[in-house]
Amino acid sequence: MGDEPLDKTDHGTTPIREPAVAKVTIDKAALLVRLREIVTPDALLFDEEALRPYECDALSAYRRLPMIVVLPSTIEAVQAIMRLCYQHNVPVIARGAGTGLSGGATPVGNGVVLSLARFMSILNIDPEARTAVVQPGVRNLAISQAVAQHRLYYAPDPSSQIACTIGGNVAENSGGVHCLKYGLTVHNVRKVKIVTMDGELITLGSDALDSSGYDLLALINGSEGMLGIVVEVTVKLTPIPERAQVVLAAFDDVEKAGVAVGEVIAAGIIPGGLEMMDKLAIQAAEAFAQVGYPTDAEAILLCELDGTNEEVSEQILIVRDTMQQCGATEVRTARDEAEREAFWKGRKAAFPAVGRLAPDYYCMDGTIPRKHLPYILRRMGELSVEYDLRVANVFHAGDGNLHPLILYDANVPGELERTEAFGGKILELCIEVGGSITGEHGVGIEKLTQMHLQFGNEELVQFHAVKHAFDPKALLNPGKAVPTPKRCSEYRQLPTQDKECLSDHGDKQA
Amino acid sequence: MNREISKQLQQQVLAAIQRAQPLQIVGSGSKKFLGHLCDATPLEVSGHRGIVSYDPVELVVTARAGTPLRELEQTLADAGQILPFEPPCFGPDATLGGTIACGLSGPGRPFAGSARDYVLGVKVINGRGEILNFGGQVMKNVAGYDCSRLMVGAMGTLGVILEVSLKVLPKQAAEVTLINKVSLPQALKAMNHWSGQSLPLSAACYDGEQSYLRLSGAKSAVESARQLIGGEQHGDSNAFWQAVKEHQQPFFQSSLPLWRLSLPAHTPALNLPGAWFIDWCGAQRWLLTECSAETVREQALAAGGHATLFRGGNRNIDTFQPPAAGVMQLHRHLKQAFDPDGLLNPERLYPGL
Repeated sequence: MGDEPLDKTDHGTTPIREPAVAKVTIDKAALLVRLREIVTPDALLFDEEALRPYECDALSAYRRLPMIVVLPSTIEAVQAIMRLCYQHNVPVIARGAGTGLSGGATPVGNGVVLSLARFMSILNIDPEARTAVVQPGVRNLAISQAVAQHRLYYAPDPSSQIACTIGGNVAENSGGVHCLKYGLTVHNVRKVKIVTMDGELITLGSDALDSSGYDLLALINGSEGMLGIVVEVTVKLTPIPERAQVVLAAFDDVEKAGVAVGEVIAAGIIPGGLEMMDKLAIQAAEAFAQVGYPTDAEAILLCELDGTNEEVSEQILIVRDTMQQCGATEVRTARDEAEREAFWKGRKAAFPAVGRLAPDYYCMDGTIPRKHLPYILRRMGELSVEYDLRVANVFHAGDGNLHPLILYDANVPGELERTEAFGGKILELCIEVGGSITGEHGVGIEKLTQMHLQFGNEELVQFHAVKHAFDPKALLNPGKAVPTPKRCSEYRQLPTQDKECLSDHGDKQA
Repeated sequence: MNREISKQLQQQVLAAIQRAQPLQIVGSGSKKFLGHLCDATPLEVSGHRGIVSYDPVELVVTARAGTPLRELEQTLADAGQILPFEPPCFGPDATLGGTIACGLSGPGRPFAGSARDYVLGVKVINGRGEILNFGGQVMKNVAGYDCSRLMVGAMGTLGVILEVSLKVLPKQAAEVTLINKVSLPQALKAMNHWSGQSLPLSAACYDGEQSYLRLSGAKSAVESARQLIGGEQHGDSNAFWQAVKEHQQPFFQSSLPLWRLSLPAHTPALNLPGAWFIDWCGAQRWLLTECSAETVREQALAAGGHATLFRGGNRNIDTFQPPAAGVMQLHRHLKQAFDPDGLLNPERLYPGL
């Protein structure tokens, strides 16, 4: 069953390990009987009504009911479930809070969704070592709240941080608005315990700063639940800066704002956060949150400086100066903590605020070398006209991470498809200027097609070989993150997006 | 001097595959002492050199593997930037490729991060002779598995590094090193205490008699932290840390076997005979000892860390500490995935890998 037939790619030299489509050797009823030996009845969901909430994650255009949802509470139970599924070739999809935006937790119809929602304990906080050991279902923000008494926090802050879990953060290598200075999840995790598909408990990383051998800890970060189930995470904690201060600068031209971003960095400053919003995003955020944004501006920059009191004072002067020299029409420094929070409140509310402008919105995620921002924004404006869809732009400007929000109405026939085509074009633009199709949301099922733009056949084959090293039967989150190389050649013959690719993995609900 | 010879290197790897002939990847040979001796046909990569792209405002540099580290660092310095992980050279001609393959980081590591933290992308030749690109030239990139960082510290066993893209940062405006005469327990306590504060701390070591705390940042911030922490100011901070990084301190001028213990920073002094030099706030401890590998590793493991026989001693043992059985099995599977015929730097990292 688990044997891999070796295939040849089109160029004839590289053996491809096509994941054997292992035949499931157990039916639902029998699997439930076996699972009841592992978990209590309340930890098993199997009728349609109970399964419904698990049919999708935050990429809700794609839905499918899993066969069974299981909610274990112990690592031993996870191991037993994995052994059972491995034995009978049952696909397993790990799920945290279901806030993923790329469909990484989309179920498969003959598979089990393994929810880590019951792993909710913070196991240890060590203020001296500045680490916390937490279970995967602990929410991102809950870690910072729990360690705040020690003047520490957990740095990565994805916008879903109120809800998203640390296990999901590891799976996606989540970012946030402070990545340029404080890094992504991979930079802030010391140790991860995973359960492999065959049920083995393995520790990656250590309580020291490095481990002997290959950096499997780096590999597991961002692996989208394809290599193992994260069951425990030791995170690095960062001292809360003595002071944080934010400067808001308004521009009458997006390109000027783009130049200002580069000039701040050229001045030798690494801001804690450096965010840009365009006119539509500003107006939406202001209408929603009433925080005093200049609604006539074409773009605003929010530049947060943090550190010791003295260095923040020094840097604010430099940043104010820089913004003015770059032609800012207005530069404001938050006078107090309340105003600082207000400046950020508008930015943080940008997604729901933009969401009010149309029945639906599609949040894209791509990265570019910062210098290409004016070009990208110009092209996006042209595409907006071409596709007849409005787009608002929120941009982690410091690290080149774009989040265009495309506004659409799913009830208008064809509009979702047009939106996706527009989104696909934006990602093509990112690749064109040397960027990436995803900065922090992951590939999931959403961007399988665009993976072919960023990688060639040989890289995709190598990714499959890495997957094979951990999961030879290809049962863990099958069909996500890495397209089969075969599709590559198909894609290159197609003038537009290969929609078939997505419909393999979920049923679209318009 | 800039040369692009990736096709030529690829041909050499393909020829080696044809002949089933193992290769040892050679840069300048500055870190030849590290790991196992690898007796195979040399694959010289130092000719593949030069900076491919560097735009200081983007905070990213891409360079070929054979680029001398010093040349790269000089180019960055001319633009007021640095490699924040402060890689040691251990030789005048150390190359970028070797630096990344060995994954070594200098004194700034506990604060600024490690070599792998700054790797954004790599171009490699795998053991099938294919040229592969992973990651890229942007700060955030989660497309595909992170095979770039996987190459860091893999000692060339997963691929021949051709090109590396690194995140770089501006050099801090001011730097001061403070010296305090303290005991080891006092030093460990103080280093970890100050690390937990919002301070511009950038390095911390202990030489057996004195602790050395480096502050880097805005002038005013460094000055106020200097007053808070106290101690005698070092006359040449830069030269001191350079010597720590390159093992030019008197401590390192010994013929005894040199062990590197990577431990949780606040681990109390270990009960192992020998001389100690403590760096990384206590997270990297250098030990000169005649103790057996078993004894050293037993204690390192018990403390939650690991030990490497860094220089000298009996090189026929596992110089790198073998991981737990399950992790070792993943190592073998990954080696198989990247280098199915086992041709790239065989045994350099672990016997049989």
